Amino acid sequence: MTRKLVLAAALLATTAAGASAETLRWARAGDSLTLDPHAQNEGPTHTLAHQIYEPLIIRDMTGAPQAALATDWAPSEDDPNIWVFNLRQGVKYHDGADFTAEDVIFSINRAKSENSNMKELLNSIVEVRAVDDHTVEFVTDGPNPILPANLTNLFMMDKGWAEANDAVEVQDVEGGETTFAATNANGTGAFKLVSREPDVKTVLTQNENYWGMNDFPMDVTEIIYTPIQNAATRVAALLSGEVDFIQDVPVQDLGRVGETDGLVVKTAPQNRVIFFGMNMGAEDIANDDVEGANPLSDVRVRRAMSMAINRDAIRQVVMRGQSQPAGMIAPPFVNGWSEEMDQASTDIEAAKALMEEAGYADGFSIQLDCPNDRYVNDEAICQAAVGMLAQIGVTVNLDAKPKAQHFPLITNGETDFYMLGWGVPTYDSEYIFNFLVHTRGEERGSWNGTGYSNPDLDAKIVSLASETDLDKRNATIAEIWEVVQDEQLYLPIHHQVLNWGMTDAVGIEVSPEDDPKMKFFTMN
Amino acid sequence: MTDAPMTPEKAPRPSRLKRAWESDFMWSFRHAPVAVVSFAVVTVLVLAAVFAPLIAPHNPFDPGTLNLMNGFTPPGVPNQFTSDTFLMGTDDQGRDVFSTILYGMRISLFVGFAAVFLAMLIGITLGLLAGYVGGWTESIIMRVADVQLTFPAILVAMLIFGIAKGITPPEYRDQMAIWVLILAIGLSDWVQFARVVRGTTLVEKNKEYVQAARLIGRSPFAIMLKHILPNVLNPVLVIATISLALAIIAEATLSFLGVGAPPTKPSLGTLIRIGQEFMFSGEWWILFFPAMTLLALALSINLLGDWLRDALNPRLR
Amino acid sequence: MLAYMIRRVAQSVLVLLVVGLVAFAMFSFVGDPVDNMLGQERTQADVERLRAELGLDQPFIVQYWKFLEQAVQGNFGLSYRQGRPVAEILAERLPATLELAFVSGVMAFAGGVGLGIFTAIRRRGIAANTIMTLSLIGVSLPTFLIGILLIYVFSVELGWLPSFGRGDVVHLGSWSTGFLTESGRLALILPAITLGLYQMTLIMRLVRTEMLEVLRMDYIRFARARGLRERAINFRHALKNTLVPVITITGLQLGSIIAFAIITETVFQWPGVGLLFINAVQFVDIPVMAAYLMMISVMFVGINLIVDMLYFAIDPRLRADRTGGGH
Repeated sequence: MTRKLVLAAALLATTAAGASAETLRWARAGDSLTLDPHAQNEGPTHTLAHQIYEPLIIRDMTGAPQAALATDWAPSEDDPNIWVFNLRQGVKYHDGADFTAEDVIFSINRAKSENSNMKELLNSIVEVRAVDDHTVEFVTDGPNPILPANLTNLFMMDKGWAEANDAVEVQDVEGGETTFAATNANGTGAFKLVSREPDVKTVLTQNENYWGMNDFPMDVTEIIYTPIQNAATRVAALLSGEVDFIQDVPVQDLGRVGETDGLVVKTAPQNRVIFFGMNMGAEDIANDDVEGANPLSDVRVRRAMSMAINRDAIRQVVMRGQSQPAGMIAPPFVNGWSEEMDQASTDIEAAKALMEEAGYADGFSIQLDCPNDRYVNDEAICQAAVGMLAQIGVTVNLDAKPKAQHFPLITNGETDFYMLGWGVPTYDSEYIFNFLVHTRGEERGSWNGTGYSNPDLDAKIVSLASETDLDKRNATIAEIWEVVQDEQLYLPIHHQVLNWGMTDAVGIEVSPEDDPKMKFFTMN
Repeated sequence: MTDAPMTPEKAPRPSRLKRAWESDFMWSFRHAPVAVVSFAVVTVLVLAAVFAPLIAPHNPFDPGTLNLMNGFTPPGVPNQFTSDTFLMGTDDQGRDVFSTILYGMRISLFVGFAAVFLAMLIGITLGLLAGYVGGWTESIIMRVADVQLTFPAILVAMLIFGIAKGITPPEYRDQMAIWVLILAIGLSDWVQFARVVRGTTLVEKNKEYVQAARLIGRSPFAIMLKHILPNVLNPVLVIATISLALAIIAEATLSFLGVGAPPTKPSLGTLIRIGQEFMFSGEWWILFFPAMTLLALALSINLLGDWLRDALNPRLR
Repeated sequence: MLAYMIRRVAQSVLVLLVVGLVAFAMFSFVGDPVDNMLGQERTQADVERLRAELGLDQPFIVQYWKFLEQAVQGNFGLSYRQGRPVAEILAERLPATLELAFVSGVMAFAGGVGLGIFTAIRRRGIAANTIMTLSLIGVSLPTFLIGILLIYVFSVELGWLPSFGRGDVVHLGSWSTGFLTESGRLALILPAITLGLYQMTLIMRLVRTEMLEVLRMDYIRFARARGLRERAINFRHALKNTLVPVITITGLQLGSIIAFAIITETVFQWPGVGLLFINAVQFVDIPVMAAYLMMISVMFVGINLIVDMLYFAIDPRLRADRTGGGH
């Protein structure tokens, strides 16, 4: 009896494994943290959610906004503080419920609630109201021209499902109870959840009632998603044919993967810039050997340090060509970026002259804090910078550590020289200014570890939020950038390049947000 | 017991060196080719590490002398940009692998020796105390040993790492990692010394000669040091040798988990951790040479320890 | 006897409490979970709120006390990373680690005893000496490198064995097993070798040394003189006397297998508690770290306690010794 049961179970497992050819076995370094679409504002979590849930507006694989659950949207003609969204009709959730305006209202309110991790993106929203079943109005506290850009990762849950399963509240970590929505999912997306073991394996199957069956390739019928943390193991799994598609291929293995029969590598610039921050605001800093003065407060020193960094060498050797040297801390996708500002040159002699002029001809020594598990080759980049800065007399002690120890140093102001990477999900400079340039305070400047404070600039940054005249707004953005560049507020290194490795059966281009959406994949 | 038997001499006494050379211990050493070769390998590697600044063509710990464009130069082939040639090639930062290995071995050996010394010191002291004094002292020491066993070395390392980071001034943080490694490995390794010493002490303290020493009023300290300690030296020597190999490997393992020597001043373990990233990409030399060095070092020490165990065990002669 | 047992158990509980205390003191140095839990867009107010909510603004003693209060009620809290009960996650992950530990333990024991006997009997043979030397190579390279080399050879170059994960598992009640599917069994091979190699070498050397000693004993010489067949001497007499210390040591090694599983599981993406712990450390998932450490401590201290009790029951001399030194 028991033996029969076991046998049956074994048979079941083997047949399940040998399913159809359109299965996409997908691996990346980290798993989604939760299935609750509003609990975490984090890349891998959103990427998995995008297969199951949908936002009103989605970014396609090139990063361009595309209609998803909303078919069109525009500011109201009567009131500049209102955006009107027309919803797609005939859309059904995986459990068969209809998608309507009340789900939008429910989802936005849920995403604005205290435990939500998405609420900062929705700060300007005062109210969401239904005009009819398939029209909603977003009321903002002032004109908000970039509101749609904030909604591309805001997923729509079914109100009825959430209420029936006691998942109205966003997961509260200290609440003691886990929510149903963290381990179950009911979206409108192209794939349905079959099973999930966090950190181990997640299986999704195609949603045959998907509204976009004819609008997208929809070649993938099943997704098996397995996180593989160790880079060498991940590459090995692709090389040995155990997975079909991996994200985060280490740059040194791109050659090997590309040369292997049946495998291809695709790359594209990522929406993320890597740079160093310097504490210029303090009178004296703790992590250097200069007493009673702060060498970083002198713009000549900051310029000299920037000139000492050979970005081309980093690109060529450390990144194996997989980066784009940067002169400003905005990725090229971002409104406000300009090619002219995004230039940086290396000139050791000029840098030495600047150091001498600033009174540091003999250099100084300082500690560089660097993460070692966050960005592509983060530690190796810092190490290369140590060598380059040594050439102008700046002795750098490198302290590389896991991200969980690194980032608190920046937000708590405990580091004077640090590496940081910044992605811009809204594709607009305001996002960069708010977090990295504005004086550190309650609402803004939380990631500004430079100690830089410029009230004029702060006023300009704040004005961007409500400026509806786009030309005027862009002019202000340009003015702010000019100051940022003049002050050498940060020390830009490069724009990251993304790469995906896959079997040649998979047809897809890399998206700048590193978020593969499997409905766009073709399979041969 | 390892000394040459003292026989009443008629012929002139041979010199100390000659006597040592002809001792049983040395006799069995000379007749064990594996032991001789291992000893030679360890000696060469240790000397190479000690005199690294004289031997190494470059100083890999001086970042100012590195040229990033030299990165990934294969062994013996001129670099395409700089035309520099390196015996064992260069790593991802343009460091000469040969020089880096020599300097890295210094760190690995230093960490290994210091950690074993620390473990020995703690282990022997606590083992003697536990065995000789007994009672609550013994209970507490052996329970502490239990706690110690519970904590894998990586956790101990992380704990000490974190605390050390908080209390060391920034300018010393560079060297801190090495002391943290020594402390972590030493602290996680003392238990076996303590257990062996305690066991031997329990046996020895009831023997007549110890009882006699106690009766004539020798202090417990003197008894432990003069009478009991010599009896534990053989097993301690064996454990210490094996521990040395283990400590060097442990250092490598810790660096894989991110709690190792910093990449700017790498140990052999850090070099292997970095090198394994280039295993699939064809730059085999970045992993191969450090790994072979570590293998040669640890294997030789292990083989020596192996031979030592047999040689010092009179029943196996 | 009873007094001794009570004292011994009380000591063990004390040990557990100390382990917990040290662990909690450590957590504040591993990093700050709040930064991971809130995205890059959080404000300082969010950080303060969450810190207060999680009790992270309190001294570690208070945090520890709260943890203990909950733990005695069987509640280990929610994982910061996954938002699920820690007990549930541990229960889900434990079978993977135990199966791996079991297979590598059996492999180490069988291989170790077999090779140990062989090398002892053929002490001066070339084969035995080669095995002795080769076995040392396995312990002269760090585990992670051995794992990666195995993946390179057997997965990438030869394509024989899977490089990651457990393959297909079958759920039997709350237990998930990889023994019942072919892919599950294949997936076990490389991680089990990686994890068991060190233990196998250890056991092999132990068996060899013990065998050599026993083979020199008078009763063996006597048996040989009586003309008993070599095989009978080796197995019936010598091995029997060798196994007692070997089994004891193997039992004590069980804990270190589980500790070393941290590295093996990371290399092979083996979904056990070791990988869970490493993920928890990276994310500063304090409830998971605390529960894992407590679990491991209970296991170690438990094994120790049992071994001590057994010795106490078997060897009356120890009893006298204990009570004699107890005042």
